[in-house]
Amino acid sequence: MALRLRSALLLLLILAAALGAWQIAATPAAPTGPALDPEYAKLLGTAAQGGQQTPMPRPSDIAARAWQLLRDPFYVHGANDQGIGIQLGWSLLRVLTGFGLAALVAIPLGFLIGMSPVLHGALDPIIQVLRPVSPLAWMPLALYTIRDSGASAIFVIFICAIWPMLLNTSFGVASVRREWLNVARTLEAGPWRTALAVILPAAAPTIMTGARISIGIAWLVIVAAEMLVGGTGIGYFVWNQWNNLAIADIVVAILVIGLVGMALDQLLGRAARAVAWRE
Amino acid sequence: MPRPWLSVEGIARRYGARPVFRDLWFGVERGEFVALIGHSGCGKTTILNILAGLEAPDAGTVVMDGRQVSGPALDRAVIFQSHALLPWLSALGNVAFAVRSRHRDWPRSRVQDHARRVLDMVGLTEAAGRRPAELSGGMKQRVGIARALAIEPSLLLMDEPFSALDALTRGTLQDEVLRLVSDAGQTALVITHDVDEAILLADRILLMTNGPDARVAEIVVNTLPRPRDRQTIHRTPGHHALRSHIVDFLVARSRTLAGSRPEGWDGRRVPEVRPAVTPIEETIS
Repeated sequence: MALRLRSALLLLLILAAALGAWQIAATPAAPTGPALDPEYAKLLGTAAQGGQQTPMPRPSDIAARAWQLLRDPFYVHGANDQGIGIQLGWSLLRVLTGFGLAALVAIPLGFLIGMSPVLHGALDPIIQVLRPVSPLAWMPLALYTIRDSGASAIFVIFICAIWPMLLNTSFGVASVRREWLNVARTLEAGPWRTALAVILPAAAPTIMTGARISIGIAWLVIVAAEMLVGGTGIGYFVWNQWNNLAIADIVVAILVIGLVGMALDQLLGRAARAVAWRE
Repeated sequence: MPRPWLSVEGIARRYGARPVFRDLWFGVERGEFVALIGHSGCGKTTILNILAGLEAPDAGTVVMDGRQVSGPALDRAVIFQSHALLPWLSALGNVAFAVRSRHRDWPRSRVQDHARRVLDMVGLTEAAGRRPAELSGGMKQRVGIARALAIEPSLLLMDEPFSALDALTRGTLQDEVLRLVSDAGQTALVITHDVDEAILLADRILLMTNGPDARVAEIVVNTLPRPRDRQTIHRTPGHHALRSHIVDFLVARSRTLAGSRPEGWDGRRVPEVRPAVTPIEETIS
């Protein structure tokens, strides 16, 4: 407990130092440089009036912006102006749909690969070639075949989430102890009962580890995918605010993406603990 | 000669061209307790797996109660050396898994009741809800015994069931198995390399030579009277002769007899010896 307290204190100290330094460094000096024609300056916006770049927002600016964005996260003002909560909701929906579809394919297929060395030998080269491909490389193909940007984003999530679950399921199933299978055999348990009552619980911790890796990758990829397809989602929001030069909004979005990703990981971590067993 | 209830008929196992054992014949009668003793590498565990139906022999066949053994079945239960409990199930869950396999039509409550009763029998009433990780080595093996007995097998197969346990626990578990098996008139075969275990438990002890090309060189008939008691068995007349005979075999003859087979050796007619029978008893019979 004392250790945790000390860690928490140190964390606060580091945060305070980093944010303080940032606050001081980002506070602009008094405007200098040549004065512009006031009419022109008005067109360019406040930053350009001083003849400067858009300034890096200070932590205090970001905190104020975060308050504005998170106070009313679910507003909808037309297609291009929706609350950050709505955007997050779209991203989560895509990630969970793609991840769910991937699990539906990867876990049964991984079972078959794990149980059949022939199938493993046949499919392993395909998996090894496709697995290192960046999921975004599939995007044009998805757009061309599916012809729907939303479904294409889900497909990209599906394709990136499938590999860790597929590999972990087949590995977990293939490494079920022979003696447990022998127990099932001497008790004349049929193939379904053996699969559901022996192999599945034995491999469940490994499968859950794969699922946890998958959802992490899916959450990484959704931001990039939504930057490409546009329309909705937290990735689109980040890109949109970049086009608006709303740097503070981007920082807020980064923090929110991190927090949601952490929550997803914790959720699957909890599920993994529920199926864990110890010898 | 009528075929024994369990009849092992000329089985062999090869690794490449080299036989681990071959031309192995022996029988077990109903209600009999047989021990198979030998050093590592003579294929003891393979023999047990063949009897269980988990492995197929490269030659020969096993016939039980008139039917050829062609795979694992519920009439043959195995107590594994490593207990092989399913670690995600409680002790009760492990036994219930076996009960449900035997009685597929039983409702859940009846399966649980039966499993609980078998756990009571091996003295694990209190530990029923615990997972294997929370049990001691001896308790785990008790669950293994309960799981095997729960399906009421006609043949109980034990693969060095107590070799992973400390001496004290091993002793109590041997007593337990002795009691359970004699109470039920259970036919059983135990693989072991523990001489005292074999003498305590078995009616007949098959002595195997070292591999490769191992064989059952001798069948020792254990004439020590039942019921046997681990505490006093070593004072029973004949115990010393019996024990010395087996120890001598394991120390020296298992090696010197290995490999070559004597002139006119017939795997179907393995010599039987009764070292525990004293000369006086012999004249009476």
